Amino acid sequence: MTAAANRPAGLRAWLREEAPSSRLQANLVQLYAGWRALRRNPLAMIGLAIILVLLAVAALAPWIAPFDPLHQDLANRLTPPGGAHPLGTDDLGRDILSRILHGARITLTIVVLVAVAVAPLGLAIGCLAGYFGGWVDSVLMRITDVFMAFPRLILALAFVAALGPGIENAVLAIAITNWPPYARIARAETLTIRRSDFIAAARLQGASSLGIIWGHVVPLTISSVIVRVTLDMAGIILIAAGLGFLGLGAQPPSPEWGAMIAGGRKYILDQWWVATMPGIAICVVSLGFNLLGDGLRDVLDPKQR
Amino acid sequence: MSIGQSLPGTGALASALGGFRRAYGLVGSVILTLLGLLVITFVIARVVPIDPVLAVVGDRATPELYERTRLELGLDRPLYVQFYLYLRQVLSGDLGNSVLTSRPVIEDVARFFPATLELATAATLLGVVVGVPMGVLAAVRRGSWLDHLVRVVGLAGYSIPVFWLGLVGLLLFYAELGWVEGPGRLSVGYEDIVDPVTGVILLDAALAGEWDVFRDAFAHLILPASVLGYFSLAYISRMTRSFMLDQLSQEYVTTARVKGVSEARIIWRHAFRNITVPLVTVIALSYAHLLEGSVLTETVFAWPGLGAYITSSLLNVDMNAVLGGTLVVGLAFVGVNLLSDLLYRVLDPRAR
Amino acid sequence: MTATPLLEVEDLRVRFHTDSRTVEAVRGISFALGREKLGIVGESGSGKSQTGRAILRLTPPSAEVTARRLAFDGIDLLAATPRAMRRIRGARISMVMQDPKFSLNPVMTVGEQIAEAHRVHRRAGRREAREKALEMLDAVRIRDPRRVYDLYPHEVSGGMGQRVMIAMMLVPDPDLLIADEPTSALDVTVQMQVLAILDDLVSRRGMGLIFISHDLDLVASFCDRVLVMYGGQIVETCRGGALHEASHPYTRGLLAALPQVDRPPRDLPVIARDPAWLLPLPPEGRP
Ligand SMILES: Nc1ncnc2c1ncn2[C@@H]1O[C@H](COP(=O)(O)OP(=O)(O)OP(=O)(O)O)[C@@H](O)[C@H]1O
Ligand SMILES: [Mg+2]
Repeated sequence: MTAAANRPAGLRAWLREEAPSSRLQANLVQLYAGWRALRRNPLAMIGLAIILVLLAVAALAPWIAPFDPLHQDLANRLTPPGGAHPLGTDDLGRDILSRILHGARITLTIVVLVAVAVAPLGLAIGCLAGYFGGWVDSVLMRITDVFMAFPRLILALAFVAALGPGIENAVLAIAITNWPPYARIARAETLTIRRSDFIAAARLQGASSLGIIWGHVVPLTISSVIVRVTLDMAGIILIAAGLGFLGLGAQPPSPEWGAMIAGGRKYILDQWWVATMPGIAICVVSLGFNLLGDGLRDVLDPKQR
Repeated sequence: MSIGQSLPGTGALASALGGFRRAYGLVGSVILTLLGLLVITFVIARVVPIDPVLAVVGDRATPELYERTRLELGLDRPLYVQFYLYLRQVLSGDLGNSVLTSRPVIEDVARFFPATLELATAATLLGVVVGVPMGVLAAVRRGSWLDHLVRVVGLAGYSIPVFWLGLVGLLLFYAELGWVEGPGRLSVGYEDIVDPVTGVILLDAALAGEWDVFRDAFAHLILPASVLGYFSLAYISRMTRSFMLDQLSQEYVTTARVKGVSEARIIWRHAFRNITVPLVTVIALSYAHLLEGSVLTETVFAWPGLGAYITSSLLNVDMNAVLGGTLVVGLAFVGVNLLSDLLYRVLDPRAR
Repeated sequence: MTATPLLEVEDLRVRFHTDSRTVEAVRGISFALGREKLGIVGESGSGKSQTGRAILRLTPPSAEVTARRLAFDGIDLLAATPRAMRRIRGARISMVMQDPKFSLNPVMTVGEQIAEAHRVHRRAGRREAREKALEMLDAVRIRDPRRVYDLYPHEVSGGMGQRVMIAMMLVPDPDLLIADEPTSALDVTVQMQVLAILDDLVSRRGMGLIFISHDLDLVASFCDRVLVMYGGQIVETCRGGALHEASHPYTRGLLAALPQVDRPPRDLPVIARDPAWLLPLPPEGRP
């Protein structure tokens, strides 16, 4: 890359620059290299495609769904797949395909809400513990350890039981029981940057501890936490579906996939499609997140495969 | 989690207990963890929007009775006193009464727990017996069809909801093929033939020599155990593979090859002996998680275990039962991991 | 050199293929070895260990080994079946691994590991293998072999580990021993004793020895011939005693870098490198 003449087109070359001239470029170069590595992994690309389809479906559900997900048509209850209802109808004659398409919105909402709740919680606890060290660290980490030492689903169940069923409470319960790993990651990252010079410089300039944490520590730790949350998405979907199945998550008539399976359970032996179809949707979506997550893991940590 | 899915790399619990251990020693760490669990259940009990007094006395109680019960329950005292009372009560084996069954929760738990234990044990056995050799061979023949199979099985295990797999399993193997028995632990005609001694029907039937009952119980157990065991298999084979890959790239393996040791011996005597230690942790962790994963499975298969007990209590807002069940599962969780910790000390010469 | 060399190496190359590039660890080296002591010296990363491993066909899976000729006692090692290789390894060619800390199995006692080396090639009983291992531990000057036999690798010191390693590799009586820095962690007296054992095996039993080391003085005094490696190539070959008269600028640089009693080092000398020392490579080999 010496003569300007034989440089390939601008942006791509800039993104492959081995001697980046700015911090932004350095970060983008790294991202681009990661993306290229990811792109070579066909399974990860399938995963990405699934997630993109999920996003599209969630956005367009009202327009692409052939029926109203809540519209009951008792004359046509439990019709098998085919004809006007490609995936059949449930016990109230509602179109299963339409319900699944609308259910994508709920799934996505839950995933996003959990991520939004769990990441800051873990981040706050981890950064505080890592930054202050000493007894703050000890106390916070002991709490983390206690939460990590317990069966999470059961704990989530107990929380939902206490708070009452519903999506918001399910999200809250999942967040309350799932933050510990993120706190540990944030703490580990914080420990490595706590002693760096720019933190010392900020401290000398009289910045408050909380100011430093918010302004310097959090921005540097947040990416690892986000990556880890992404890797855990499938697990979150499955917990949420499990709560829905037990009747503790989304409440009827909401077309949440786990609740739909619970609704079709009675008919599993004769009208198999009612419970089977939403389950396939869950499998496909969490498989998508897992495939992408596996690919990401390979890119981020080439040794562990 | 729908088991399998939220199982962390090498064991969050193992590392969590590890954190404690460094600070307080093994016994201290276990005590602290249990205390933590009690705090959590206590907090949950206090967060419940339902009135604990009403739960005891019912809606139509007189104000005097209401007040008396409130004082009896210690609800007028400061929180830390209430916690102390709670602690004392739990330590004396009193988990309160279940509203639903109107029996002491501790008795219910003792009655339902063996079924869960039976299910989780059978599932773990399946996972270990199939998963370990599968993972080892996948690592040895990296890139072979077996290796890909382990990857696919692992991915599916992390992506399929256990309750859905259970339903599909019932549909296929019970309704369509008729290979196994349906929901429940025993068919109607076989109930109450053997006296519960251990509570584990397979054992009880074998002890009593009732082989028809044994066969029936087995036919009921095999499907839920396979469904649950699949997740254990997915996790164990995946972890075994990754541990083995790690060991096979170590220098000592090359040393063994320099000596002219056969590949079979290198795999099983050298590399495998080195993974037994982390593998025990993984198996324990998987077992502990199956105790929990059985909540969903038991619901699907109408399996009268602790998981089904917790969920049915949950839906009836029977908080004593829910928290008692949670406490016992948590206890089992910690116990299993304590066991793996002790095994670790026996197996690893470096830890002695 | 004798008429039929024990080991013939001609144009040996070891390449590592990674995702993005190819690293040439060994770039076309040739030498022959009789029943003698051949030293290989060179800086870290110059390809000494990979040469030794290539002879045993034990390079990592990502490595590609090629050679015009790689023959041991007339056997073409590159064409040998895995089975045939397994019969050669240990029994006929053995290798003392560089780092005993990682090269010993952490969950087997060192005694078991030595005994295993004996039992792999001889249908020997447990007791006999144990006796043999104890004998060997004694031969490498380990005091109280019976106690050491039952120790795990993490319980022995670095020097002891090296001697355990040597004992393990000598126990099946190989015809060729490749010793990768076998004495670096030993104190001088033990080092001399271990070298004496090796020397004895070469002169009495006619074993061939490839002695890989950083220690120029040691190699110069101990070995019959010395190969100097740099960047995966042999830049100089000379007689052991004549190493101090070596002519190649790299060798001279290495010699100058040795601390000397009569000239306390003010500054650490830095070896000036010249790309011209490396022979031209085939174009695809360039990193
Ligand atoms: N697995 C591997 N993948 C890629 N390159 C490797 C690998 N193993 C070794 N190399 C490269 O091969 C070259 C030669 O390594 P080798 O181990 O032979 O060095 P050495 O001369 O024994 O050094 P030392 O004195 O430090 O032991 C090194 O440059 C190293 O980077
Ligand atoms: Mg080396």
